[in-house]
Amino acid sequence: MLRYLALRLGRAALTIVLVVTFAFVVLRLSGDPAVIIMSPEAPQAAIEAFRHAWGLDQPIWVQYIDYFSAIAHGELGQSFRDGRPAIDLVAERIPATLWLTIPALCLKLLIGIPAGIHAALHRNSLTDRVVMAGAVAGFTVPSFVLGLMLVLLFSVELGWLPSGGQGSWQAGILPVITLGFGGAGILARFTRSAMLEVLGQPYIRTASAKGVPWARVVRGHALPNAAIPTVTIVGFMVGSLIAGAVVVESVFSWPGVGRLLVVAVSNRDLAVVQCILLLVATTMVVSNLIVDLLYGVLDPRLRGGRS
Amino acid sequence: MSASLADRKAASTPPDLVEIRDLVVTFGDQPAVRGLDLTLRRGEALGIVGESGCGKSVTWLAALGLLPPTATVEGSVRLAGQELLGAAPATLDTLRGGRIAIIFQDPTSSLNPVHRVGTQVREALRLHRGMDHRAAAAEALRLFDLVGIPDSRRRVDLYPHELSGGQNQRVMIAMALAGQPDVLIADEPTTALDATIQAQILELLQKVQRETGMALVLISHDLGVVAELCQRVGVMYAGRMVEMAEASQLFAHPLHPYTKGLLAALPDLSGPRRRLVPIQGSVPEPGAMPAGCAFMPRCPDQQRQCTALPALRELAPAHHVACVRAPIMRAAP
Ligand SMILES: Nc1ncnc2c1ncn2[C@@H]1O[C@H](COP(=O)(O)OP(=O)(O)OP(=O)(O)O)[C@@H](O)[C@H]1O
Ligand SMILES: [Mg+2]
Repeated sequence: MLRYLALRLGRAALTIVLVVTFAFVVLRLSGDPAVIIMSPEAPQAAIEAFRHAWGLDQPIWVQYIDYFSAIAHGELGQSFRDGRPAIDLVAERIPATLWLTIPALCLKLLIGIPAGIHAALHRNSLTDRVVMAGAVAGFTVPSFVLGLMLVLLFSVELGWLPSGGQGSWQAGILPVITLGFGGAGILARFTRSAMLEVLGQPYIRTASAKGVPWARVVRGHALPNAAIPTVTIVGFMVGSLIAGAVVVESVFSWPGVGRLLVVAVSNRDLAVVQCILLLVATTMVVSNLIVDLLYGVLDPRLRGGRS
Repeated sequence: MSASLADRKAASTPPDLVEIRDLVVTFGDQPAVRGLDLTLRRGEALGIVGESGCGKSVTWLAALGLLPPTATVEGSVRLAGQELLGAAPATLDTLRGGRIAIIFQDPTSSLNPVHRVGTQVREALRLHRGMDHRAAAAEALRLFDLVGIPDSRRRVDLYPHELSGGQNQRVMIAMALAGQPDVLIADEPTTALDATIQAQILELLQKVQRETGMALVLISHDLGVVAELCQRVGVMYAGRMVEMAEASQLFAHPLHPYTKGLLAALPDLSGPRRRLVPIQGSVPEPGAMPAGCAFMPRCPDQQRQCTALPALRELAPAHHVACVRAPIMRAAP
């Protein structure tokens, strides 16, 4: 168990290092922050001074090592723009993002899982088709299209809800629906196919054959098995609580982490981008770890007993 | 079966335990069972043999209402006079596992992987014998001992993946016995197991059948096994019963050319067992069944009258055959 945990943690750390390295390389090769921040017309001397101040005149591998040793000391760097610690900039945006993503996650779970179960139990019925059509729409319609459509309908046409900003709780409704709808569709499809797979298993037939009433077969025999694959996708959704709203935050000009990321990338604000990526990678990795532990709880075959 | 025979039976013997009449099962437009007649008497061991795909499993799954909704089932299946086809779900739930139990070919995938084996047996005890948790736990242990699971106290708390295939089949048998059924259907219960374990499981089935007095339906590819365990044997071909008789009678005097072919393909009943070696040719595709006798294309003795569908007739005492040529062939040496 300890070895397993150590292995998992090692892999998790490696994932984070790779993500951060990738971001570092891409951002540094795709444009010079000094030029972007100072504007291309700035005097050469000023640009040089900026580069020197931020260590951008060092060879890239020196910058890379400096960056990592800083992280190792808990130092995530400062924004090129205003010199504030990147971590503060990011941290103050997190609540706004969670205000969208947590209600959206609840929406996904509360709609997606029951809809998927229902569709599987009533395969090819009208409800199954409605649920599946909704699910397909949910994950083929890009969220910015859905978001804009909702804004057109409820803000522009009907005038019921604000189209953006964070002034009131009503402002959150459309972005939450936009986020939740697609996710609910994905989850419904996933749950449905997991349930269908399980319902076709011989042990379900055994349960019926020993006289277990159907409702109990579903609750006691099918659902605990179908939960195992479903946990994967739910874990993925939990892992994207921080970064899953980039597009929607932009559409609704919601001042969350996602919008900060978009702005920071276009400014080549290295420290901020990397701080966000570090945060995103960490949430992903942590939720992955939780999923792994949950597997062990749900599936006795993965508890490492004798075989 | 002729009317006069049915009358005679009703007068002289108690009603049969299971009576299947003209069972037809279709998947889409593919027939799997095409008008099957069968009777099972109380307490007897009945063997069902036939090539793969002839409808042995589907027959009993249909009887218990365990087929997926894609199957259409017609005809009649009576358990001690009570019609099972189209019975209310609540009725079926009390009968299944309570009066009629079934075990399957692959015991490990037939047990729920996320529940302990003891829990799965206790569930049947609670459903059919109204036991509370403590009584069910004690009874489950007794059943585990009965079916020969060693170290039962520890094993009730294991999961199916922690037991061997043979032990899982014993768990399945314990689960089937939990409801004290009148009949146990064993659908190729040993096919997925090692040879030595196969013999043990068959011995166990024979033992529990004798001790409990329940009827046993043993579906098997193995004529040798059937000859050893069963008093009566039914031979199925392409979704129909083609011959049914006392085991001794069937093996000594097979009347249907298909049965004859099966027996001829056996080296020696006392020799090493082997699976059925099919007669030359193959079973017609479900979509391309001949209108008459389905065995005609492979039959060494086909005649013009074989284009009519042969009914299952009693040609010798308790010996039923579905072949229009059978009486003639029997007369010839
Ligand atoms: N769920 C199903 N859907 C469609 N066809 C099926 C289904 N189950 C069985 N069949 C078909 O019904 C026919 C009879 O199948 P069945 O399983 O009863 O054969 P069997 O005699 O038990 O063979 P085996 O010895 O291989 O177990 C086969 O042609 C099979 O393909
Ligand atoms: Mg079968």
